[in-house]
Amino acid sequence: MARIQLVDVAHSYDARAGAAIRSGATPSWALEPVTMSWDDGGAYALLGPSGCGKTTLLNIISGLVRPSRGSVLFDDHAVTALPPEARNIAQVFQFPIVYETMTLFDNLAFPLRNRGWRAAEIRKRVHEIAGILELDADLGRRAHGLSAEIKQRISLGRGLVRPDVAAVLLDEPLTVIDPQVKWLLRRKLKQIHQQLGLSLIYVTHDQTEALTFADRVVVMTHGEIAQIGTPDELFETPAHQFVGHFIGSPGMNFLECEWHAGTARVGGVALESSSTTAPGTHQSLSMGIRPEYVQVRQAHGANCLPARVLSVRDEGIRAMVELEIAGHSIWARLRAGPRLPAIGTAFAHFPVERCALYADGRRVA
Amino acid sequence: MSIVKPVNQRAWWLVLPVLVSVAFSAVIPLMTVVNYSVQDILGPNQSVFVGMEWYKEVLRDHELHGALVRQLTFSGAVLLIELPLGVALALAMPTSGWRASLTLVVFAMPLLVPWNVVGTIWQIFARGDIGLLGYALTQLGIDYNYSQHPADAWLTVLIMDVWHWTSLVALLAYAGLRAIPHTYYQAAGIDGASRWAVFRYIQLPKLRSVFMIAVLLRFMDSFMIYTEPFVLTGGGPGTATTFLSQYLTQKAVGQFDLGPAAAFSLVYFLIILLACFVLYNFMKEVGTGDVQ
Repeated sequence: MARIQLVDVAHSYDARAGAAIRSGATPSWALEPVTMSWDDGGAYALLGPSGCGKTTLLNIISGLVRPSRGSVLFDDHAVTALPPEARNIAQVFQFPIVYETMTLFDNLAFPLRNRGWRAAEIRKRVHEIAGILELDADLGRRAHGLSAEIKQRISLGRGLVRPDVAAVLLDEPLTVIDPQVKWLLRRKLKQIHQQLGLSLIYVTHDQTEALTFADRVVVMTHGEIAQIGTPDELFETPAHQFVGHFIGSPGMNFLECEWHAGTARVGGVALESSSTTAPGTHQSLSMGIRPEYVQVRQAHGANCLPARVLSVRDEGIRAMVELEIAGHSIWARLRAGPRLPAIGTAFAHFPVERCALYADGRRVA
Repeated sequence: MSIVKPVNQRAWWLVLPVLVSVAFSAVIPLMTVVNYSVQDILGPNQSVFVGMEWYKEVLRDHELHGALVRQLTFSGAVLLIELPLGVALALAMPTSGWRASLTLVVFAMPLLVPWNVVGTIWQIFARGDIGLLGYALTQLGIDYNYSQHPADAWLTVLIMDVWHWTSLVALLAYAGLRAIPHTYYQAAGIDGASRWAVFRYIQLPKLRSVFMIAVLLRFMDSFMIYTEPFVLTGGGPGTATTFLSQYLTQKAVGQFDLGPAAAFSLVYFLIILLACFVLYNFMKEVGTGDVQ
């Protein structure tokens, strides 16, 4: 177990990146320079769309990728140049890796045997892990001809079996699992984290997976970290427009606005927000609000914008209402019931503390 | 509306071309051989039905037993040498860049040489007076002469086969190794596996199907070897390199004993079929069952 630090780490898959860095130029980064630390015993999720650099970041921590720049520290020891086997980490991959000619027991014992554990200790630890993953009934079976889910549980077991690892890295481990079982395994992982106290870093492109699993979520886009925060912070105060879009379904609404006489204006109407500092000039501004917080009213009031209700979709407990404001279409997520708005003109109320100004995509304090 | 699915049998006509071509290329010739095997052919248009007579004779033939033992030993030796050697070569082959392409080309070369040319190459190469190998061995004081000593002849045929066909096994194994996803090696590295463990638990199990093809191909091919010993030694000295095909040809072409030769062909065919069946089923099961 260890605290993992990344100091000015950046990576480019371009073969000429090294030469470019030495000559002072900036290569095209797959991972933009980043400095951050991962606390011991934390449950982290690395969340982002495909190609955002999350697997690159994970592989830099595990040592499968050596960063073009910067250094990786485990408990203040530099491990940048060390291969994965010398780093004391465990990694579970997207597709299950199982040693098919071994029994389940031997599969789980393999990482321990390779590190010279004694047989009695191995048996104890393997049975403990197998118990948690509910594999104990089949330990004597050969790991051949098993379902993807069981295989991935074995892979997980091999990742979790070493108690002294700096971190267990999980690279989209539930991709091959059926949706119903996925949910169970995800809960299992969370349980394991609490039981074993290992540091877990979980890569995924699925926000539900990330938000249910992790204490802290690292949201990435285009090789950059957009925000690090608790699931709650990502939902309530997205630091970046991307985070607003990516988290939540549907994502955050953004309305283009201009800055005039100390207030933000949408379609000429002044709108107050939780952002209290003035944005810089020549920045493109937009007002962001979650569909969950937009209210639809029949009468004008404070912080209201004239709107047109385009459609109302009843979804049982909730209803999705599509509104048109100043030529933009936004969503409101309302409580379903008899008092849903009718198609036609209305007013959209934006609660002050729930909306925020974004300048060039970043949240204004 | 009827609940019975409409039946249309006209699609059978679509298999007709295949049936006709298989009939002319395999079934009819095979049946001709079956026909010969139960007749004593005394001359043109003159034959007597003898039933199982030729089969009994063939199965009691001591020369044939000798040829079969030589053949089995030879095929066994071929498999024991070529498979491990081929896999070892495949493991040592470069995986990328121009070196990989070059190695592939070099490895494919022996496969392009026709059988009789291989025989001729080795016939000259191994000659004691002018051949590079034979001359070198003789100069080293080794009494080597493939046309005089049965052991030398047998070994020369074996080495020739290894030279000719190991690269096939190597190329098959190489393709099999390239098909293993890189993640397996990464996972094994993280698990702290040794080089041997990677081979034993990842590469070898993943090479299973490739291995099966290699074993079957090399077994069938070596079991039917004819041209190389024919060119190199003509089956001699004595009967040292008279394998089943040599013996069959001597009977059918040399002595024109069509009946016994036909019976022998069928027995030969059945032996190969049986051996392949056993090998295939054995390899399909080995290392997969719950029993260890």
